[in-house]
Amino acid sequence: MSIKDRVAIIGVGATKFGENFEMTYQDMALEAVYEAYNDAGLETKDMDAAWLGTLSPGLTGLEGDAGASLAEPLNFYPRPVTRVSAYCCSGMEAVRNAAFGVASGAYRMVLAVGVEKMREVPPRGSLVARHINETHPVISKGRTAPGIFAPIATRYFHQYGYNKETLAKVAVKNHYNGSLNPKAHFRSTITEETVLKAPMVVDPLGLFDCCPTTDGAAAAILTTPEIARELKKDYILIKGMGLAVTYGYFSMAFQEDNDFLGFKSTREAAAMAYGQAGIKDPRKEIDVAEVHDCFTITELVNYEDLGFCGRGEGGKLIYRGVTALNGELPVNTSGGLKSCGHPVGATGVRMVADVVNQMRGRSGKRQVKKADIGLTHTLGGPGSISCVFVLGRP
Amino acid sequence: MVGITNYGAYIPKYRLGRDVVAKAWGPRFMPGERAVANHDEDSLTMATEAAINCLEGVDPKSLGGLIFASTTSPYLEKQSSTLVATAADLSAEIFTADYLSSLRAGTAALKSAIDSVKGGSAESILVTAADARRAEPGSDSEQLSGDGSAALMIGSSGVAASVEGIFSISEEFMDVWRKQDDVFLQKGDAAFTQAYGYARIVKNCVEGLLKKYELKVADISQFVVSAPDSRSYARVAKSLNLPPGSFPEDPLLTTVGDTGAAAPLMLFIAALEKAKPGERILLCSYGAGNSDAFIFQVTPEVERLKEKRGVARSQASKRPLTNYEKFLKFQRVLPDEPLAPFSSWALFWKEKKQNLQLYGTRCRRCGVFAYPRRRVCQKCNAKDEYEDVRLPRTGKIYTFAKDHLFPSPDPPTLMAVVDMDGWGRFYGQLTDCDPAQVKIGMPVELTFRKFHQGDGFYNYFWKLRPVE
Repeated sequence: MSIKDRVAIIGVGATKFGENFEMTYQDMALEAVYEAYNDAGLETKDMDAAWLGTLSPGLTGLEGDAGASLAEPLNFYPRPVTRVSAYCCSGMEAVRNAAFGVASGAYRMVLAVGVEKMREVPPRGSLVARHINETHPVISKGRTAPGIFAPIATRYFHQYGYNKETLAKVAVKNHYNGSLNPKAHFRSTITEETVLKAPMVVDPLGLFDCCPTTDGAAAAILTTPEIARELKKDYILIKGMGLAVTYGYFSMAFQEDNDFLGFKSTREAAAMAYGQAGIKDPRKEIDVAEVHDCFTITELVNYEDLGFCGRGEGGKLIYRGVTALNGELPVNTSGGLKSCGHPVGATGVRMVADVVNQMRGRSGKRQVKKADIGLTHTLGGPGSISCVFVLGRP
Repeated sequence: MVGITNYGAYIPKYRLGRDVVAKAWGPRFMPGERAVANHDEDSLTMATEAAINCLEGVDPKSLGGLIFASTTSPYLEKQSSTLVATAADLSAEIFTADYLSSLRAGTAALKSAIDSVKGGSAESILVTAADARRAEPGSDSEQLSGDGSAALMIGSSGVAASVEGIFSISEEFMDVWRKQDDVFLQKGDAAFTQAYGYARIVKNCVEGLLKKYELKVADISQFVVSAPDSRSYARVAKSLNLPPGSFPEDPLLTTVGDTGAAAPLMLFIAALEKAKPGERILLCSYGAGNSDAFIFQVTPEVERLKEKRGVARSQASKRPLTNYEKFLKFQRVLPDEPLAPFSSWALFWKEKKQNLQLYGTRCRRCGVFAYPRRRVCQKCNAKDEYEDVRLPRTGKIYTFAKDHLFPSPDPPTLMAVVDMDGWGRFYGQLTDCDPAQVKIGMPVELTFRKFHQGDGFYNYFWKLRPVE
């Protein structure tokens, strides 16, 4: 049985993304959820259950390793809250499981929330230190988050003849979009020169090829299309959802079939989502997309893995402006992870919120002309997990 | 006939010019350069390198024992020879031992191995000796010391240099020492040491050996004598009336430095590299009043070993260390960014076949190889139907990156994805490498290195390095 048209999104919300030093994890969860409540005209008493996507709750682990860290600030008691974790797919994984909760008939109305508090420690203390300290003692030791994606850029350049200028165009595009997004972490435009002159982080990726370390939360309210119609809400339908796990964590780089030119997980997840949604030609059928641009190179290979172009043609798409805000398939109109920011667990839910708002014509200066079919995509861990949603207007 | 059946040596790639040290501390003590162990090397990893070089073309399971000799074993309590033997893929059913605390530990190990093979308790034994001695910044020892290792395989078939005689002296003498809590070497009075120490005892030992076997200086083609410094060394050569050409003018001091317990064995390998069948080589070590001397007779088998990775090949492979501060980091004189990587002794024990011996799995049904090891085949899903197959040692870079985030005393950390020659893929750090030289397709090989001290012990694993 397909998920197509069985779940509706009737409200979304998100905090400002950035270094939210003044807000706790719970503050951010609460703000995102209440914005979604206001959007839908609902409140906690209308909810039956919730899913919480977080990679590392408060970086303290343990006490946040459950749904209680969402239930407590909302006074959501005694409703069920399930905490899910799937690396950078954690947010979309919360939405996906919340959707199953509705589609199964178990719940009428549910909440999907993504939260990540990364800047209670220095940026190095978050993901960098975790890659060093909390991974296998020796295998793949030396790898950092940008270190996962930099070898893809090296191989991509070698294989197709692109270079750092190609990557810079992605950063410039996403910073421009972010400059129009009041909730983005970075709100300034940049030039290619700025990108190319920036210090190296993991060569060939420089500082402006990398997403920042960001705090943020986002929320979505899901129900059945029937209830959405009854409530007379401007709702959006889930057309397809795919989640693919194609490798382990440290073993991925050791796989001989991994060509370091893209992600099998994305291709598999997209095939699942497109199959359910009936998408045959994604480039033509999809109007707006939020994809996982943790690093500029990732956005280019995502174009290819998501079928927006052929293998090796991701660079051409950016050169031709196809994915620009005024292009034929605008990608990351939010500014993407690059400019909007990447609070890991929040990102996937934020993407859903952004695409839902585009489809409801609520994106202000970033509003694209036609937004009937939208796509969200996150990529997790070393790229071994990917989640793809196709969303559509009723 | 018992003697040397194979040899291998290893000199770390970095060379510190003594002029670089002089720039920091004033006039240089001696000319040339010294070898410096990289930040991921210690005497254990260097002994492993020499052992692997020595065992090239040899079935490691044929060895009956392994001895590790050093004054700088990474552990005060815990044997290093066991880990060297494991990384070199020797059998677990062998005799291993550490010979420590003396600069003649290498020759002590050599003598014991010879006695064991002669006595019939083992068919062949691998003797490894390595040192990476830390010296006080600004001291003469800092310039004089060098890091390196040697390995000699002792056996009775395929002997390239047979043992013809052994003589030892053991006389209590204080000249160089390091107490349990000392970080750096301490040295006794220079005039006293020169008058009664090294030169006198080595002379006595060489003369005692020659006398015991009724030989004269003229009967020996090459003299290999430990050299704590070039002046004392020259004095010994003079007092023994060694003819010019019968001993190396520079006993590796200006190119490598004094490699401690490894020095006599490295000098011996250097002699074997240019030895002709029929020659007699006299080897004499020294360490605080102790001295071991050996006579070896070179056989035609020596020609078989000329292509091995010995001293000459290791000497040729080098990269200048032009930064004195980096040297202090490598020496652990300057502190590193503190890390707390997860590790577990239980995990290490469980995974030693994978992490230390480098065995992957090959599916018995469909032949697909996996490293890291897998119980369920990723192609045909066969469960627990695999054989252990070692990852090939060499390969070519498929892709790479230069990481400026990962903390390292020698940034950037180079990470490479490598298609191994034959089967398998490896992903890991590239060491001993100029970041500018890394290219897709570059040939690399696996090298055993120290990673960190997670869980309070030294965690060792494999890295990659360019093939020279």
